[in-house]
Amino acid sequence: MAIEVLMPALSPTMEEGTLAKWLVKEGDVVSSGDVIAEIETDKATMEFEAVDEGIVGKIIIAEGTDNVKVNAPIAVLIDDGEELSATPIASAPATAEPSAPAAAPVTPAKIVIPEEPDLPAGTDMKTQTVREALRDAMAEEMRGNENVFLMGEEVAEYQGAYKISQGLLDEFGARRVIDTPITEHGFAGLAVGAAFGGLNPIVEFMTFNFAMQAIDQIINSAAKTLYMSGGQMGCPIVFRGPNGAAARVAAQHSQDYAAWYAHVPGLKVAMPYSASDAKGLLKSAIRDPNPVIFLENEILYGKSFDVPALDGYTVPFGKARIWREGSDVTIVSFGIGMTYALEAADRLAKDGISAEVIDLRTLRPLDTETVIRSVQKTNRCVTVEEGFPVCSIGNHISAVLMQQVFDYLDAPVINLTGKDVPMPYAANLEKLALVTTDEVVEAAKTVTYR
Amino acid sequence: MAARKTTKKPNISKQELLEYYREMLLIRRFEEKAGQLYGMGLIGGFCHLYIGQEAVVVGLEAAASEGDKRVTSYRDHGHMLACGMDPKGVMAELTGREGGYSKGKGGSMHMFSKEKHFYGGHGIVGAQVPIGAGLAFADKYLGNDRVTFTYFGDGAANQGQVYETYNMAELWTLPVIFVIENNQYAMGTSVSRSTKSPSLWERGAAYGIPGEEVDGMDVLAVKAAGEKAVAHCRAGKGPYILEVKTYRYRGHSMSDPAKYRTREEVQKVREQRDAIEHVRELLLTGKHATEDDLKAIDKDIKAIVNEAAEFSKTSPEPALSELYTDIYADA
Repeated sequence: MAIEVLMPALSPTMEEGTLAKWLVKEGDVVSSGDVIAEIETDKATMEFEAVDEGIVGKIIIAEGTDNVKVNAPIAVLIDDGEELSATPIASAPATAEPSAPAAAPVTPAKIVIPEEPDLPAGTDMKTQTVREALRDAMAEEMRGNENVFLMGEEVAEYQGAYKISQGLLDEFGARRVIDTPITEHGFAGLAVGAAFGGLNPIVEFMTFNFAMQAIDQIINSAAKTLYMSGGQMGCPIVFRGPNGAAARVAAQHSQDYAAWYAHVPGLKVAMPYSASDAKGLLKSAIRDPNPVIFLENEILYGKSFDVPALDGYTVPFGKARIWREGSDVTIVSFGIGMTYALEAADRLAKDGISAEVIDLRTLRPLDTETVIRSVQKTNRCVTVEEGFPVCSIGNHISAVLMQQVFDYLDAPVINLTGKDVPMPYAANLEKLALVTTDEVVEAAKTVTYR
Repeated sequence: MAARKTTKKPNISKQELLEYYREMLLIRRFEEKAGQLYGMGLIGGFCHLYIGQEAVVVGLEAAASEGDKRVTSYRDHGHMLACGMDPKGVMAELTGREGGYSKGKGGSMHMFSKEKHFYGGHGIVGAQVPIGAGLAFADKYLGNDRVTFTYFGDGAANQGQVYETYNMAELWTLPVIFVIENNQYAMGTSVSRSTKSPSLWERGAAYGIPGEEVDGMDVLAVKAAGEKAVAHCRAGKGPYILEVKTYRYRGHSMSDPAKYRTREEVQKVREQRDAIEHVRELLLTGKHATEDDLKAIDKDIKAIVNEAAEFSKTSPEPALSELYTDIYADA
């Protein structure tokens, strides 16, 4: 039976091409792999190989023809001894037509956020630093699950560059608390592989500034594989470490990555402020079957808070915490930004302005509902974060408010961020680059027209 | 590449030879069909064919045991077929259909099978190398005796993360076999235009990793080297490097006009070094099979490939609701 040779697609974007030259003529015998024609695409001239065997029975499209559509018949192959006219031609295979989108809109499933249970009455609280709370979270989860391990630079024998892993080597040994060479790209990828292989790695970056060396593995390998595998293979891993500015360490060591990671579907992102949230969220992160970016802060490490002395205490992802209720303005922040937000609320109260202060705690999933409910009450909003101003978390919240509660807003939302500059070293300039309590107070007065 | 030095008279069973012939032929015919479907617009995007390199995966799979893992780059169709994944599921993923291994959401470069211990299918050059070491890390941590085959090309061999991984793999004595599939061209850049240390396996010496060069057009040589590497890993001696010299007959991807090498160069390898022809010759000269026996196998393979192609055309596109599934696993 005769076989039609069709104009091939020779690049991802080719729709038509020029049949530049035939390298065979009618009557020639061709076998699979023989180059039979040269075809010009928009990018290059390509050799076109025969897939089937046979004799060139007829050349349908002459050489030099422009604008030959992909899948148009260009020649016919026949078997030895066949006459073209007497032979039925195998019908051209159907071309791929993408199916029309259905009428019903496709929307993402609503994320179900578990309720955060109230602490049982009479729960003992103990005062802990964020540093101790983070260590306890890891230790408790490592006791509970043999497949949880910690790796990173100086996490074991040095006891952690910022002493977060203090004591873990002694308790869990070198098999589970692992010092790595200084090789972020490599050990991040290795940990992703270990997660694919059934373990639950905690990867400590000495700071998130260094994780930029590893960001391909974090995003392309950890975040996307569940989707790319059609749900077969997830990546239960925690990447954690200090993020944002410390003090006087300048541009390369002072960046806030909150907005960067919050941008990426497949990642979860937490950025706690208090010790109890640091502990509860880190425990949730380690138990989560998805890759979690856990953004800590060096300045907060030494700060003390009350932490529930409760076995199995966790904090769910996607649930903001209202630190202070108020009626005149909503101040939304997270991480170290909460320091300025809370200080500002104290000062505003003295001026008779009642501020509601919301700690987002996790940036993906993001609890926009709590923010919306608050703004429906206060009608004004100020966001506070340390990151750069362009495409910040505050920008996103502003957009959500505009789309969902436009009519409730009595003033434009103000986004307070770090300044749009690499972090300077000089003390006075560094101070100027960071967001301050004064700026929060001023912004709250602006949106309340005081 | 020099011509094969000796005609091997290996102590190998007819059954094994027939199996290798079958498996290599399946990959070649599958890839030819994929190329055809690409030309018809049924496969989109990037499509990197494995034609010419079949002996590498077939030889190494012959050295592997149940439970061993494998991970590779985007030129991955051969690896999937060789480890026993269903040609129908692979082809349907190429056409972006519901019946594909990733429900049509991964495509040619991103496919996985937990059941067959195939960990992808990775589209970023070199990224699978630390991942492979991590799979081996997990096996060592869990205390089993599995090994991981981590495949990458001569192009990826110049990525920094490969050497970061060598360092850690040897430091932690990980049971990982680094398989450098040296097909001599990183897209259009030949090895000699990308490095002055062309013996890629020898770079492992800087980290204390042993290795060797292997004739990748000889499935029996590949299998023998694979067995040696596996024994090294299972004995707890850490990683091993195999630089398998091979050749890709087709372009880097479907849209590669391949102007960086001559038609004659390709033709010469096809005629003198072809891995499938080699086994065919062994089968015929060793009187293990007749021309008719082999024709029957060819027919079988053609039927399997046609069935896969048919499935890949008739399997529906994924439901639109799949857009928003598999982003997060349930916590």
